[in-house]
Amino acid sequence: MSALAVTTAELSRWQFAITIIYHFLFVPVTIGMGLFVAGLQTAWYRTKQERYQRLTVFFGKILLINIALGVVTGIVQEFQFGMNWATYSRYVGDVFGAPLAIEGLVAFFLESVFIGVWIFGAGRLSPRVHLATIWAVAIGSIMSAYVILAANSWMQHPVGYRKVNGRAEMTSLWAIMTQGNLLEAFAHVMSAAVVTAAALVLAVSAYHLLKKNEVELFAHAAQISLVVLLIGGISVATWGHFQGQLVSREQPMKMAAAEALFKTEKPASLSLFALTPFEKYPSKTSFNITVPHVLSFLTDWHWNSKVEGIDYWQSQYQKEYGAGNYKPIVAVNYWSFRLMIAIGTLFVGWASLGLWLVRRRKLEQSRRFLRLSIPLLALPFLANTFGWLLREMGRQPWVVQGLLKTSDAFSHAVSVQAVAFTLAGFILVYTLLAAIEAWLVVYVVKGGPAPPAREGEQPKKIELGY
Amino acid sequence: MGGVFLSLQGFWFVVIGVLWAGYLVLEGFDFGVGMLMRFVGRDDAERKAVIGTIEPVWDGNEVWLIVAGGATFAAFPDWYATLFSGYYIVFFLILIALIFRGVAIEYRAKRSEQRWRSAWELAIVLGSAVPAFLWGLTFANIIHGVPIDSHGEFSGGLLDLFGGYAILGGLASLALFAFHGAVFLALRTTGEVRRRAKAFAIRLVVPAAALVLAIFVWSAADSGHTDGKWIAAAGLATVAAVLLTLSLGLIVRDRDGAAFAATALAICSSVAAFFVGLYPNVLVSSSKAGSSLTVFSTSSSHHTLALMAIVALIFTPIVLVYQTWTYWVFRARLRGDSLPGEKLLGGSGSRPTS
Ligand code: HDD
Ligand code: HEM
Ligand code: HEM
Repeated sequence: MSALAVTTAELSRWQFAITIIYHFLFVPVTIGMGLFVAGLQTAWYRTKQERYQRLTVFFGKILLINIALGVVTGIVQEFQFGMNWATYSRYVGDVFGAPLAIEGLVAFFLESVFIGVWIFGAGRLSPRVHLATIWAVAIGSIMSAYVILAANSWMQHPVGYRKVNGRAEMTSLWAIMTQGNLLEAFAHVMSAAVVTAAALVLAVSAYHLLKKNEVELFAHAAQISLVVLLIGGISVATWGHFQGQLVSREQPMKMAAAEALFKTEKPASLSLFALTPFEKYPSKTSFNITVPHVLSFLTDWHWNSKVEGIDYWQSQYQKEYGAGNYKPIVAVNYWSFRLMIAIGTLFVGWASLGLWLVRRRKLEQSRRFLRLSIPLLALPFLANTFGWLLREMGRQPWVVQGLLKTSDAFSHAVSVQAVAFTLAGFILVYTLLAAIEAWLVVYVVKGGPAPPAREGEQPKKIELGY
Repeated sequence: MGGVFLSLQGFWFVVIGVLWAGYLVLEGFDFGVGMLMRFVGRDDAERKAVIGTIEPVWDGNEVWLIVAGGATFAAFPDWYATLFSGYYIVFFLILIALIFRGVAIEYRAKRSEQRWRSAWELAIVLGSAVPAFLWGLTFANIIHGVPIDSHGEFSGGLLDLFGGYAILGGLASLALFAFHGAVFLALRTTGEVRRRAKAFAIRLVVPAAALVLAIFVWSAADSGHTDGKWIAAAGLATVAAVLLTLSLGLIVRDRDGAAFAATALAICSSVAAFFVGLYPNVLVSSSKAGSSLTVFSTSSSHHTLALMAIVALIFTPIVLVYQTWTYWVFRARLRGDSLPGEKLLGGSGSRPTS
């Protein structure tokens, strides 16, 4: 075959990566904003202050625009396992199908049924029941995240199964639903969703504060978002750290690549900035700024411990699984890890700065802070994508760590032409929808919240119908 | 046939049949309403009322599909793998249609420009008609058979999925869902919109019943089987046609609720006829007798099937309770005029009459 020939497996990888990254642009917003809007509506229900009602409706509209795309792109993911990864589906279905089925039955029904009731039920339900519906939506989306991450964690670190007749069969659903890899990923992803939503609320509020529009209302929203951003930022960094420690035990090759650590070191130095030659699988760094002892410490809290490098794991895996390349693409792991951490750290700093401005009652006047808060909104989306690149590409060449290689997992019945066609189709449709959605969100954000009730008017309900 | 319930595989086959029936009954009327919306609703206010009948519920209805897919993956991984990879392009087209339809329902009312609304309405019509046709086509292919090789993989080409029988199956489901949607609209609206929906129902019933019968006559003739299974399937198909006719009588007499129940049951018995005719196969092979996939050759382990059965038995009733409750919340009929400024968001809403 010529060097230009692509395979079904390669194109399927591109398609899966593109569609899931796209799906995951909406997911954290749904989870984070779902909680945020539920919190606002609870505040309104408790205090009866009109500002909470107005914020609920305003941010609720943004949430709804986002959910529409989250839902329709999710169905694509559900189908793609069978469509593009048939061999994978046959191999893991006994284990992996269960969480997927549970996700639909337990989480999606809850979320999808009650989102409709929340939108259209305002006039028909008591305020209390209506409040319960948005909480059902928020809880449904969190449960969906938990269950789907259980499936994903099993691919990173298979537990609760045995190999029978050339496939994996489940022996313990409990083990699959409670393993450490899952619990830490869940905590980290939840925190990431909270950071994403808080950055969104901050950016929207900053826009209106700059326009001197509804200053009181949006100063209030900005303050809430800064507190949430700080807590979320600290939480995402803390959990990310523990997740990294766990992964360095469960998938040591992934973390060695994420540190660009080729040779085993004792004590190991942390790399701050490394360059490797322009090769997919280099064997050393060409430039590296390091801090001694720190990687040892971060890996297991000991300053002098040994950390095994890429070369060690490559020869280990060859002994265990036979000849082959077991290295992921080092540059991808290394840079996605560092950029994600940089973004997390930056937000902790940014939120602290914002809260300091709030304390000094200068937030509304700090045009520079407000203006910068708007483009910063891109960062959590990037950090989410980097995180997934690290987690998924760091696992390569395995699709299920130690059990099944990605190159063996694709659908034999699907031709290269067919995947090329669908890949082009998805890219076209997704780009179009992204443009429409972005334009709609900007339109809603610029429109601002509905005017407050006039003197003597009835207090408003939370009406969201179209 | 009576042995279906004696094995876990049989149990899961029935569960998947029930999930598909739930999906096709619920999203079936969503499809019908979507296809007919530009014809039943003549102006913006009427169209708003037409879409308003499905807006609060369509997303929950679609989850039935996700669960049917997930359950197939969990209980019969090889069925899921061969079906989804074999029907690759068909499923892709269904996905794209569902994407546009879902987004269209949510975004149509977000702006008031005529072009914006017309474009999304077109997406709703096509996004409903395409899957309504392709689901029928898919089911027809499953039972009629497509080429499957000795590894249990689909070995045909795209054209193998568009045979005459399959296209007839697609037309049958298209007509059936259009009729179902018209009856649903008659139940959920008042005034001019309801009158037009009923007119559509009366026009659609003959093609729907005739196509459903035709596809089953073809299947029976084709299979050459005369065993109990096929007699039962033929019986269920006849029941479906009778229910459709009955539904027409009811709708003419303004018994909208009963008419809707009859079309819903007609869909259920069509699905039942399909699954009864299919068992114990799950994908029939046209290439070589014996390489059809069956519930036993494709299933998960006993452990997984048993565990998932418990999960399904606990959660399905809960879901049914709250989903039924939402239909109760939104039971008021809609009519095609609006009160400007009544809603806070997105312009005027359609007004419930009660
Ligand atoms: C706003 C988003 C965001 C931010 C600011 C961070 N992360 Fe993260 N990270 C994610 C969003 C994310 C994610 C998208 O949610 C991932 C992908 C898969 C997962 O479990 O979480 C992830 C994965 C992920 C992994 C891979 C785990 C695995 O392969 O199993 C590690 C080690 C970290 N993160 C560590 C960190 C650290 C130390 C951060 C310090 C600030 C950090 N992350 C900030
Ligand atoms: C249960 C959840 C998930 C499962 C089962 C899963 C499974 C897979 C599979 C089958 C592939 C294709 C083979 C491969 O290239 O590795 C893949 C790749 C990938 N997935 Fe995941 N994935 C999950 C969640 C996610 C999420 C939410 C994202 C992020 C947005 C993500 C990001 C990626 C990326 C970027 C790739 C491409 C990696 C590569 O091609 O090297 N994954 N995953
Ligand atoms: C490969 C993996 C994935 C599959 C197969 C998948 C499947 C789906 C499906 C079918 C839907 C639509 C449900 C509906 O109609 O309501 C959906 C939406 C959703 N998914 Fe995913 N998903 C994947 C990855 C993820 C991950 C990793 C998360 C969270 C960490 C997640 C969280 C959600 C949430 C919260 C929704 C609700 C709608 C929205 O996000 O806007 N999904 N997903």
